[in-house]
Amino acid sequence: MAAPHFLVHEAKDNVGVVVVEGVKAGQDLTGWLMEGDKTLTMKVLDDIPLGHKIALSDFKVNDTVIKYSNDIGRIVKDVKKGGHVHTHNLKTKRW
Amino acid sequence: MAKKPTFWGYRRENGRVGIRNHVIILPLDDLSNAACEAVANNIKGTLAIPHPYGRLQFGADLDLHFRTLIGTGCNPNVAAVVVIGIEPEWTKIITDGIAKTGKPVVGFGIEQHGDIDTIARASWKAKEFVHFATEKQREECDVSELWVSVKCGESDTTSGLASNPTVGNFVDKFNEWGAYTCFGETSELCGAEKICATRGASPEVGQKFLKTFQAYMDEVIEPYKTSDLSDSQPTKGNILGGLTTIEEKAFGNFQKIGKKTNFVDVLEPAEAPAKGPGLYFMDTSSAAAECVTLQCAAGYVLHLFPTGQGNVIGNPVEPVIKLTANPRTVRTMSEHVDVDVSGLLRREINLDQAGDMLIEMAIRTANGRYTAAEALGHREFVLTKLYRSA
Repeated sequence: MAAPHFLVHEAKDNVGVVVVEGVKAGQDLTGWLMEGDKTLTMKVLDDIPLGHKIALSDFKVNDTVIKYSNDIGRIVKDVKKGGHVHTHNLKTKRW
Repeated sequence: MAKKPTFWGYRRENGRVGIRNHVIILPLDDLSNAACEAVANNIKGTLAIPHPYGRLQFGADLDLHFRTLIGTGCNPNVAAVVVIGIEPEWTKIITDGIAKTGKPVVGFGIEQHGDIDTIARASWKAKEFVHFATEKQREECDVSELWVSVKCGESDTTSGLASNPTVGNFVDKFNEWGAYTCFGETSELCGAEKICATRGASPEVGQKFLKTFQAYMDEVIEPYKTSDLSDSQPTKGNILGGLTTIEEKAFGNFQKIGKKTNFVDVLEPAEAPAKGPGLYFMDTSSAAAECVTLQCAAGYVLHLFPTGQGNVIGNPVEPVIKLTANPRTVRTMSEHVDVDVSGLLRREINLDQAGDMLIEMAIRTANGRYTAAEALGHREFVLTKLYRSA
């Protein structure tokens, strides 16, 4: 396949990482799930910068975000599948 | 997997192998920086390592100061050492510590002499040491004699996806070859600490790690935090690069120790490993230069530094190899990048190939190739201070 737009570490993860520059809202993206070497497709809802995360499912407030098959924090503002997940809607549960 | 390589290094009097051949002019304290820099200016082929501390420290903080300076002098990348201090007693503690390696070392106290006389006498010795060092020849060495430390910086999500796993692949391969490796960054394992503890080679080592981690949380974070770590951990650069929480950063960081390698012991800052070959965890700050300075003082001779957004760190004694997978960093900061693994994100190479690329660059660097940081003159030597001086 051509170079992917986003990568997902593990099958349990509910976010992926955009690995190219210039992703624009409405674009159809191709993703690579590294665990098991699978190809994913997704319509992106927001402009997402290189390195930032894309929601692989709908999230409600207090839902847990999973990356590396592990809890990396909770959602503090609803996000739709294909939306931008970053510090404005994801916080640590630690503090 | 790559064939087990060899490299060409300098074997020191105590049997350890270095990959550089420095004559360093090492100040005991801030007051002696000027004299050290003057000596290094007089005698070509020497390197002054100025720093801001060494006066009125006490207790564990003073022990760490001495251990770091002695360890820096003992590092096998150093052929010989001139130490200068304001007074002779503490200077002698440093020279006695370095002398145990058998390498040439001499100390000078400035009091009762002044800078000019001290600089003249130290310069004569430094010149003698340069002649000694420049006659040293490299010899072929087994890769297990190459002690390698790892620490990442200005990380972003590409670090956890690609450049840190590349280092992990390297660590797994080096561990099988019987090498010494070391990771640190106590604060950046926050959120992944329980999983990290399971990578201790025994339950006792895992417990020792958790105890060290908890002590850091209780003694550093709790008394000094204003709200939480979120104003500095993740850093502003991390967040710009797509990282959000300390947990996300920690799981990315943790990729550096590979998939198979367990750590055999937990080291104090700047403590030399003493339980044979293997991976060690050292209790360090996550600030790049502080961490590398401590790992260098523990005897590691080559550093692997994966970066996302583009940290530019170097060290005066331990060469720092930079790798990145971030295609924008490759494009905008290529002069700092030794190994480009952005092909991992485009599926052009796999992790095993990326690990082999890093091994190849490590051997070339060990054999004498300057890293980007060396060529650019990055010599960040930053002492860790545990609390304010008396």
